[in-house]
Amino acid sequence: MARKITTNRKLAMTILAWTIGFLIFFPILWIFLMSFKSEADAIKSPFQMLAAPWGLESYGEVQTRSNYTRFFLNSVVLSVGSTLLALAIAIPAAWAMAFVPGKRTKDLLMWMLSTKMMPAVGVLVPMYLIFRDLHLLDTRTGLVIVMTLINLPIVIWMLYTYFKEIPGEILEAARMDGANLRSEILYILTPMAVPGIASTMLLNIILAWNEAFWTLQLTTSKAAPLTQFIASYSSPEGLFYAKLSAASTMAIAPILILGWFSQKQLVRGLTFGAVK
Amino acid sequence: MGKITLNSVHKSFGDVDVIPSIDLEINDGEFVVFVGPSGCGKSTLLRLIAGLEDTTSGSIQIDGKDATDLPPAKRGLAMVFQSYALYPHMSVRKNIMFPLKMAGMDPAEAEARVANAAKVLNLTDYLDRKPGQLSGGQRQRVAIGRAIVREPSAFLFDEPLSNLDAALRVNMRQEISELHQTLKTTMIYVTHDQVEAMTMADKIVVLQAGRIEQVGSPMELYHSPANVFVAGFIGSPKMNLITGPEAAKHNATTIGIRPEHLLIDPDGPWQGVVGLAERLGSDTFLKIAVEGMDPITLRADGDLTLRHGDKIGLAPMMAKLHRFGPDGKALV
Repeated sequence: MARKITTNRKLAMTILAWTIGFLIFFPILWIFLMSFKSEADAIKSPFQMLAAPWGLESYGEVQTRSNYTRFFLNSVVLSVGSTLLALAIAIPAAWAMAFVPGKRTKDLLMWMLSTKMMPAVGVLVPMYLIFRDLHLLDTRTGLVIVMTLINLPIVIWMLYTYFKEIPGEILEAARMDGANLRSEILYILTPMAVPGIASTMLLNIILAWNEAFWTLQLTTSKAAPLTQFIASYSSPEGLFYAKLSAASTMAIAPILILGWFSQKQLVRGLTFGAVK
Repeated sequence: MGKITLNSVHKSFGDVDVIPSIDLEINDGEFVVFVGPSGCGKSTLLRLIAGLEDTTSGSIQIDGKDATDLPPAKRGLAMVFQSYALYPHMSVRKNIMFPLKMAGMDPAEAEARVANAAKVLNLTDYLDRKPGQLSGGQRQRVAIGRAIVREPSAFLFDEPLSNLDAALRVNMRQEISELHQTLKTTMIYVTHDQVEAMTMADKIVVLQAGRIEQVGSPMELYHSPANVFVAGFIGSPKMNLITGPEAAKHNATTIGIRPEHLLIDPDGPWQGVVGLAERLGSDTFLKIAVEGMDPITLRADGDLTLRHGDKIGLAPMMAKLHRFGPDGKALV
């Protein structure tokens, strides 16, 4: 028997869901609203602030004070670069683990995930020293490498789960049909795994875009991505709420838009395998 | 050509010997069925022939050439899988064409072959659909289509009908048999269903625990099972196997009599009481409790009126009685 859902219950659930959604979204909304106020109005009480006139002056100031484009480009290089590099390593790795598992495959996967359980700050000093000695501090290359390494376990895990969903018999059928390894990968596996690869890619771009520990520690200016851009407005000289909000909005807008347009793909990718 | 020879083929997974050692000859054009209970190694044997598993030792020859170390693609065999294993992102047309594309065939020629296969298999109207839009039977046909277009030297079927419902299974069984008669290509068919084995095979290979128990035509296996296992496995309902003093009377450890080889005889040697009566219309199967023996199954006329609790006397047809020794092998 199907579960009965009354209209009242449905209404209550809808309101509850929207409320929770709104609460989660509220800080972002508040930052967005604040970014259109003057510095003086931004520190007033909420109601006074909302009543104050709207304007784009904060954006103008942020634009003149710092070079948004450079930070933005660094973020793009960092997130896209580290994602492509991670995929290049993770696809063959996940492939091997999904289709030719060894005795230690499970342990290996667990070990990789366990590295994510360690607090990043625990390796800050050694990482910093290594970066210093290799002259990688404040370089895009260094940042791409560290971001790749940080996200690699998640990328391998995600791809591994997707590949596991591809029935081995289909690959065997391709082999029987005369496909060599190259054709098998090109014509059968990749097209079948595309949704999985795409959502992994999207998630990784988002994770790398938002990463704010290593990007802040290992960069100062040349390779600084948008996280540095935001941080530069929460300086010791005092907080400038309006400018900070404008900078934050500018930093998160691209990834928010990407996320918005790809949400279907993301949800589908993340629930892949859970629902057939 | 499609002659396949297995010489002392042995397969182990780690310490487990799945197939201790098998010698088998499959002649060109034969329909051979590997049958046995689950886990008997029949699918592994098929996969060894296909090249999807490597042999631990021994050799496999296809058309006189050693194929032991050849990859699946080079063996010239086609396989139909239990799950159909269609490529979900390709249309039916592309699925069937895939092996031809891999062989580098001229597209026009390939197109013609696909059209022909589709006609034979009643798939012409479905060529542009994706496998997900097809029913189980149609998917199975696509899988067969993909196998026949490349004109392999032999077809391998791995329990191809087990995902279909009963009615469709009977249809597909007949279609595959007809296909064999048309193509006259060697077919190796794996199943755990002895009815499929009996109805389709030229030659049945009965396997148990990785060993061949008996090889023969369906009627040979039915009339002269080599041992107790084959006797119990081939034939439906199962042969009655009787041990103890009743078997000793016939100088055997076990005697076997098929349900259809028992006569109702009020004065017969086995007196019992009817337990369960299963009416199939054409036949009635009675389970009869006879003292000192396991329940005996009798195949009787469909209109038989006996019911639960009635007394009945049975007499085995002596010419049809099978005798087995202490090692389970048939006594001559």
